[in-house]
Amino acid sequence: MFHWLEKHPFFFAVGVFIAIAFAGLIEILPNFAQASRPVIGTAPYSTLELAGRHVYIKNSCNACHSQLIRPFKSETDRYGHYSLSGEYAYDRPFLWGSKRTGPDLMRVGNYRTTDWHENHMKDPQSVVPGSIMPAYKWLFTNSADIDTVYAEQLTVAKHFAVPYNQDVPMKDGSVQNVKMASSIAEARSLALEEAKVVAADMKDQDVKDAVARGEIPEIVALIAYMNSLK
Amino acid sequence: MENRPLEYDYTIAKMFMLTTIAFGIVGMLIGVILAFQLAFPGLNLILGDGLAEYTNFSRLRPLHTDAVIFGFTLSGVFATWYYVGQRVLKVSMAESRLLMTLGKLHFWLYVIVVAAAVYSLFAGVTTSKEYAEFEWPIDVGVVVVWVIFGMSMFGLIGIRREKSLYISVWYYIATFLGIAMLYLFNNMEIPTYFVTSPAGESGIGAWYHSVSMYAGTNDALVQWWYGHNAVAFGFTVPIVAMIYYFLPKESGQAIYSYKLSLLSFWGLMFVYLWAGGHHLLYSTVPDWMQTMGSIFSIVLILPSWGSAINMLLTMKGEWQQVAASPLIKFMVLGSTFYMFSTLEGPIQAIKSVNAIAHFTDWIVGHVHDGVLGWVGFMIMASLYHMAPRVFKREIYSKSLMAAQFWIQTLGVVLYFSSMWIAGITQGMMWRAHDEFGNLAYSFIDTVTVLHPYYAIRGVGGLLYLVGFLMFAYNIYKTMSSRPVEERELQSASPMGA
Repeated sequence: MFHWLEKHPFFFAVGVFIAIAFAGLIEILPNFAQASRPVIGTAPYSTLELAGRHVYIKNSCNACHSQLIRPFKSETDRYGHYSLSGEYAYDRPFLWGSKRTGPDLMRVGNYRTTDWHENHMKDPQSVVPGSIMPAYKWLFTNSADIDTVYAEQLTVAKHFAVPYNQDVPMKDGSVQNVKMASSIAEARSLALEEAKVVAADMKDQDVKDAVARGEIPEIVALIAYMNSLK
Repeated sequence: MENRPLEYDYTIAKMFMLTTIAFGIVGMLIGVILAFQLAFPGLNLILGDGLAEYTNFSRLRPLHTDAVIFGFTLSGVFATWYYVGQRVLKVSMAESRLLMTLGKLHFWLYVIVVAAAVYSLFAGVTTSKEYAEFEWPIDVGVVVVWVIFGMSMFGLIGIRREKSLYISVWYYIATFLGIAMLYLFNNMEIPTYFVTSPAGESGIGAWYHSVSMYAGTNDALVQWWYGHNAVAFGFTVPIVAMIYYFLPKESGQAIYSYKLSLLSFWGLMFVYLWAGGHHLLYSTVPDWMQTMGSIFSIVLILPSWGSAINMLLTMKGEWQQVAASPLIKFMVLGSTFYMFSTLEGPIQAIKSVNAIAHFTDWIVGHVHDGVLGWVGFMIMASLYHMAPRVFKREIYSKSLMAAQFWIQTLGVVLYFSSMWIAGITQGMMWRAHDEFGNLAYSFIDTVTVLHPYYAIRGVGGLLYLVGFLMFAYNIYKTMSSRPVEERELQSASPMGA
């Protein structure tokens, strides 16, 4: 049979394709639907949080930071409860990372504050002596791209039924309703409202002034995202 | 008519040889910069505060991996295909004007896509998925390039004179199919630009932005099914294709066993795809998938070692060539590193070992002993074998080549040994508890302890880069010297004379 295949490239290629393709089907398909369901307490990202997620991705934070807590005592002691599949239901793309040059960030919102992040992003060594993380000063001057975030929210709501403007059950029995705008202008003002809350806890006067002018520096979005990671 | 062997047309092969070298230098240089940034963080500002955004570790890291994978390695794969393909199929590219046109189109589109990819990664336009960072417009470009490569490859196969496909061709076909399938499914994404808001606005935000079709755990599963197998079909399969052709040619020895090559080929095809799950051990993907990934990773030793042993046994009775020829040294050490790397990988895929190794530098070390020791050595050896034949000139300097071999070998050894120590040290420190059951180290303790190993790794990488520059210089001098071969060498080794 193999000799015959070697003289017939088309059937050879078909054979190779079958040999490589079916492992993917068996590994990926059976669990696909179940792995897509959110756990209770998981809500979609708000406009500013999603903007922060874009900043996180733009700067490849995932090259050095994971967002996956493995079920070991040493990890739950350090980072909090181990990760559950449904907590990632609105993560497109996933940001588990593959290397922890720095610590895991899955629940960083539980133990770091706006103030801490602000100092850390400006000068990491000032809060963590010995840190090898570079400073991210340009985040304080670049503006976040809210329009693209809004387009993404509309897209995921339309194609993947992400529950914006709907009541989502929380762990304590309450409900949360994450608002998505109905126009670009409204999206910008929603994000700005969130930005004002974050900027109130910040010290950098340029950032505060920018937010007062109606701009949203990337750092504000990033901190909103970090604070949402719980 | 004179009865003489076929003359082949190496126009396209030469073009891809040049990009192999150019992208190799770029990718490795960025790698060395990254390595030293981890040891000396001040280097993040290597071009000053103003350009910090573009010289910072996290922005450069995807550029390094993608330049080496899609720049250096893929160019090497294409260069060797346009050389080996003609020779084992016994047909010249010059015989078909269509194939020549496709080949040139393949090259220029490829260069354009690579340039676009470099630009977008510097700008921070990325999907964040490892080795699949490109946004949808570039993905479309990648698919077009790949389809043209396929047409060019199957076109040449279609007009072949030698009816049986040589082993190398099996592996090139598998490379084409494997990457096509993986790349398409992992990059399923929806462009966000075309959506319409309730207020009737459309064309919102950045036109190149997209959102993944998969979320969370599913996205991770598809990504590592891709990520692991992009390594398989980019760093293993086509490199095996090279060694099956170039080692027998260079040494003048026949392949040791046809049956072993058959077993390893079909074994590799069948087993490799299953092993992706070992990137997700102790994650939120179902346990049975993790176990499957672990088990198949161990099984993967068989087909991997099958190829490597077949290569080493091909040298049976001719081991004096290893001492005599630096080119044979590259290939033999390459297969040895392949064996080493394909044993190390399965060990890391064992769940209890992975608990320590995952997220640490040991994984980085593993990738690099494979890529520097196996992929890099084999691509350079292939180009060294091709150069006298395509340029019709002898290799400029054999002693330079030997010096390069030793410098790079030392570089690889420094690289993987320092990363072993760094990875295991960090993995053990993360999990250490004191006698009261509290964590023994804060995270920063486990970072500062790595400084000497990061410095050693940087030196290892630098030595490898120096060796690569020697390689580039040697090839350049070969190309630009006075021609000495009147006719293409047919079977004699370029090292023989």
